[in-house]
Amino acid sequence: MSQVQDYKSRVSDPASRKFETFSYLPAMTEADIRKQVEYIVSKGWNPAVEHTEPQYLMDNYWYMWKLPMFGETDVDAILAECKACHEANPGNHVRLIGYDNFKQSQGASMVVYRGNTK
Amino acid sequence: MAKTYQAGVKEYRATYWEPNYTPKDTDLLACFKVTPQPGIDREEVAAAVAAESSTGTWTTVWTDLLTDLNYYKGRAYRIEDVPGSDAEFYAFIAYPIDLFEPGSIVNVFTSLVGNVFGFKALRAIRLEDVRFPVAYLTTCDGPPHGIQVERDLMNKYGRPMLGCTIKPKLGLSGKNYGRAVYEALRGGLDFTKDDENVNSQPFMHWKQRFDFCQEAIEKSERETGERKGHYLNVTAPTSDEMMRRAEYAKSLNTPIIMIDYITMGFGATTALSKWCKQNGVLLHVHRAMHGVIDRNPHHGIHFRVLSKIMRLMGGDHLHSGTVVGKLEGDRTATLGWIDIMREEFVKEDRSRGIMFDQDFAYMAGMIPVASGGIHVWHMPALVSIFGDDSVLQFGGGTLGHPWGNAAGACANRVALEACVKARNEGIELAKEGGNVLREAAKHSPELAIALETWKEIRFEFDTVDKLDVAHK
Repeated sequence: MSQVQDYKSRVSDPASRKFETFSYLPAMTEADIRKQVEYIVSKGWNPAVEHTEPQYLMDNYWYMWKLPMFGETDVDAILAECKACHEANPGNHVRLIGYDNFKQSQGASMVVYRGNTK
Repeated sequence: MAKTYQAGVKEYRATYWEPNYTPKDTDLLACFKVTPQPGIDREEVAAAVAAESSTGTWTTVWTDLLTDLNYYKGRAYRIEDVPGSDAEFYAFIAYPIDLFEPGSIVNVFTSLVGNVFGFKALRAIRLEDVRFPVAYLTTCDGPPHGIQVERDLMNKYGRPMLGCTIKPKLGLSGKNYGRAVYEALRGGLDFTKDDENVNSQPFMHWKQRFDFCQEAIEKSERETGERKGHYLNVTAPTSDEMMRRAEYAKSLNTPIIMIDYITMGFGATTALSKWCKQNGVLLHVHRAMHGVIDRNPHHGIHFRVLSKIMRLMGGDHLHSGTVVGKLEGDRTATLGWIDIMREEFVKEDRSRGIMFDQDFAYMAGMIPVASGGIHVWHMPALVSIFGDDSVLQFGGGTLGHPWGNAAGACANRVALEACVKARNEGIELAKEGGNVLREAAKHSPELAIALETWKEIRFEFDTVDKLDVAHK
């Protein structure tokens, strides 16, 4: 068996912070993001984009980027909004949400662009 | 058999067998699987079950005539063959709603599975399913929060939640126990859990456990930036003591507490559920002792019924079995009771053992908890069977990691997220699950070691309680 390894996570290190679903996987590539957008659209959920400064990530309310894109099914249009939010707020976490208005919940929620935690 | 007894049986059929009866929307319906003693015919036995679980006794009494027995009686209205078994049959009974105290599962079950289960004319009897009329169902409070509210409170979306029962179940001090909790939470789990028999033993009184676990929750939240919880078990020798522990848990601002609903009892469980709703504390429900009641295919109460009554009494989580792990649970039957826990409307479906339509009206759902003998290699199957609205609990599969709890938790979290991401991308987990895990392990040494550690473990015992269609 391999040598026991230390689990590198520190309260003092902002880079140890996670941000829920998919934050234990490598940062998403453009192709990855596209597939998740396609999933949200295929479920009939309403896409929405939010962002926050990394130090406030535990707040329930992040900044909404414009309004949720109700009824939007154009994958490229949704990707463009994610990207626009990221470019306008390059240091922030950018989260893509799929609102399930029947369950009154978020069917999907994931950080698609990671903010600066250095 | 004694003469008086036969006379009684005849009496039952005359009064309680009504094959032409059409059940009302307000009737409570029950389906029993009955094994009669030899030589007694089905109609008489079914009528006897209806009588003994409602108004009847073995002989006529003059006070019967002071009431409208014809209104208050339960009626056996249908008999069906049990697929694959000649010794048994299904008896369908309709009970008028007035037979039951509103909002009292205690009362319903004192009637339905009371004296009749010791009735001599029966060799065995099992309650297979119950249909609660909406008119009765809405007198029960149901889950204190429900699935959507829990997601909002815990900030968990688009994936199953991850948990872990702290081991060894007995013998740790409060501080060492809290250490195990902290390590698992900082590694990436959403919840850890008290084992069912961890209450307040000499080696660890409840108060120290609550204090140390709360510190573990708070520190792991600061460290990871994610919401965390530990199911603090408030199961206690008396209801008063249970409430005292619940109040203390609330004073710590902890998000979730836990009860064992069968050993603690239906009354105490319902009381705690109402308290949880009023106080905004989530309620995790464990089911110790259920195997005594639900495992025998001929006698007892099916778990789909125990699930349904728990939803009415009100839990936010309920253990459901894993399908794939070390504990009992036929796959299709499990899918049936998972629906009973979560869905707004469950249709009759004999292939899942569901005998009645059940409308849950506005009652919130419970989150099924898959726990027991599962590890990372089971993750693809678990995600495809349970879907997002579930808690997947890896006890040994977290704590048994060669690098410790944090690494074990991280391995599970990476595996879970990889499976969910792949599923969303349209990859079929049942077929491609192994590749998804191997691919994810390339960037996670914690997962790579976990895959190596548990590769060879299999659980392939045959299920004892199979659905009736599968018997022959």
